[in-house]
Amino acid sequence: MATHSLQDMRQQAAIAAKVFIQRDYTNGTVCQFQTKFPSELETRIDKQQFEETVRTLNNLYAEAEKLGGSSYLEGCLACLTAYTIFLCMETHYEKVLKKIAKFIQEQNDKIYAPRGLLLTDPIERGLRVVSFRKQCDSH
Amino acid sequence: MKHCEYQQIDPQALSTPTPTLPPQHAVVQEEKKGETARRKWEVFPGKNRFYCDGRIIVAQQSGVLPLTLGLILVTTVLFFVFDCPFLLKHLTVFIPAIGGVLFVFVVISLLQTSFTDPGILPRATPDEAADIEKQIDNSGSSTYRPPPRTKEVMINQQVVKLKYCFTCKMFRPPRTSHCSLCDNCVERFDHHCPWVGNCVGKRNYRFFYTFIVSLSFLTVFIFGCVATHLALRAQGGRGLMFALQESPASAVELVICFFSVWSILGLSGFHTYLVASNLTTNEDIKGSWSGKSGTEDTGNPYSYNNIITNCCSVLCGPMPPSLIDRRGFMPVEESSQTVATEVELAAKNEINVCTQGTKDLLESASRSPCPQAGKPQTVSTSCPDSIDPADPAVTFNPDVTSDPVAVPSLKCGGRHHSHTTSPPDEPRQLHHHHNRHHKTRSARSSSKRAALHISNPAYNVSLSPPTSPGLGPSHGTGAEEHVRDSFATLH
Repeated sequence: MATHSLQDMRQQAAIAAKVFIQRDYTNGTVCQFQTKFPSELETRIDKQQFEETVRTLNNLYAEAEKLGGSSYLEGCLACLTAYTIFLCMETHYEKVLKKIAKFIQEQNDKIYAPRGLLLTDPIERGLRVVSFRKQCDSH
Repeated sequence: MKHCEYQQIDPQALSTPTPTLPPQHAVVQEEKKGETARRKWEVFPGKNRFYCDGRIIVAQQSGVLPLTLGLILVTTVLFFVFDCPFLLKHLTVFIPAIGGVLFVFVVISLLQTSFTDPGILPRATPDEAADIEKQIDNSGSSTYRPPPRTKEVMINQQVVKLKYCFTCKMFRPPRTSHCSLCDNCVERFDHHCPWVGNCVGKRNYRFFYTFIVSLSFLTVFIFGCVATHLALRAQGGRGLMFALQESPASAVELVICFFSVWSILGLSGFHTYLVASNLTTNEDIKGSWSGKSGTEDTGNPYSYNNIITNCCSVLCGPMPPSLIDRRGFMPVEESSQTVATEVELAAKNEINVCTQGTKDLLESASRSPCPQAGKPQTVSTSCPDSIDPADPAVTFNPDVTSDPVAVPSLKCGGRHHSHTTSPPDEPRQLHHHHNRHHKTRSARSSSKRAALHISNPAYNVSLSPPTSPGLGPSHGTGAEEHVRDSFATLH
């Protein structure tokens, strides 16, 4: 069996396969992702589409973390019940996460899968990155 | 033990799955279903311990949690048994009622603080780590540790430095710190509390605050009630000694409460100040925003500059979900990565070679007792397609190509290491008292502050040697894992 340099293969493959969109911390610790269009995706999707997806994601996360009347109510109620209410109730954040999962599924089905890309849900990466995965048949 | 079809890797062949894939894959899937699929907490890289099949998470050492719990229980039980009957008769029924409510609050919030995920950030996957490395230095080699690096971002018009965490292989988000005791990066890291036996971070800070505030009330309440009890007994000229002789348990309670009330009240006051200014203990102690850097605007960029808003956002804000998805199942291809990454140390020389050596390793792996040995797809170098045809980057990660043999032993060793204090035959039983740090009562109040400060050196550890590439457990979508049982949300 011939030997070959895996490191070269790795680099070549790694560069081709995944694109990561990092977090944007300019507004503090809220979960927002950078809307800068990465160059690796230039050939695949157009900038507008990408920006709209990321912006919608950002808005959804902002909604999840919003400090407002309903979240305060939830927090106070939880405090009064010694937080045992979290055992029975789904928190607002979790509800929005479900919405986000559905949105990503939708985007994948309608827009990205036809172009050979797969958008992964950031929650699977610890809310650190949004990753676009290029499908094998189009690199 | 199933052997892989060995074939030379051809870059063009990557894009098309080889004909040998389907039977391999099917075999692997059957094997996966045959043995119990592993949950992610079982391969968690940090030093935490898990109970109740991943529902409960604690730090590696329980610290003085048993002592804390014991003291609270003993004092309250003595109060109810010896003081309440007297006070019920002579004063009012509200005294035991209030005492009961406070006690329940204290215990529940203590348990929630100890058993909740504080906001652990999962480690970066190898792809992400490689991507970050690529962005920073383009030399291509990743076998030695590059110099420490920071990244600056502007947050609310203020420059904040983000440090790179070598263990977790990512730039830490703002306010995140790596706890060396738990070996995790924790979001909004406050401190590692030995009294509670866990880190205090974004997700459990409100529980911790509720705990210390309710404990202050409880301590003051018991102290007051016991003092009243003794005073009432000593009435009529009979003297304090007589009262103490009649009710010796009250003396015990008095002593415990007297020594703890100062430290607990002090701690509550300190944390109330932190909450009102939206600071963490970590930031306050390091003086991150107190202007020591010399520039004119070093205010806290996270503060809303309004006490009420700060309090509400910290204590009543939305509850973030746990990012580590402890109870999710490991997907087949990801578990092979996790298994393989543990052995980078042992097999650096194997990195660039895809050969017979791997076949030998597989054979010896088959002789290894560890259940994880039975995963032929770990031999990714020869069988790239059996891992994930759509993701060649994963296949060629040097971590994955390294020696899978030593993996089982290291992995098992690693797991047992993280369970050092528990008997190996009962890793999943409910928490027993493993490490008791006995502190004398008189030293308790001073040691409490000291303990807080002692854990400081743990805050800044970003230079821990990369013993393992620290692959974070990958996540299935969290949604379906949120089964509503009694511990489901102790995340």
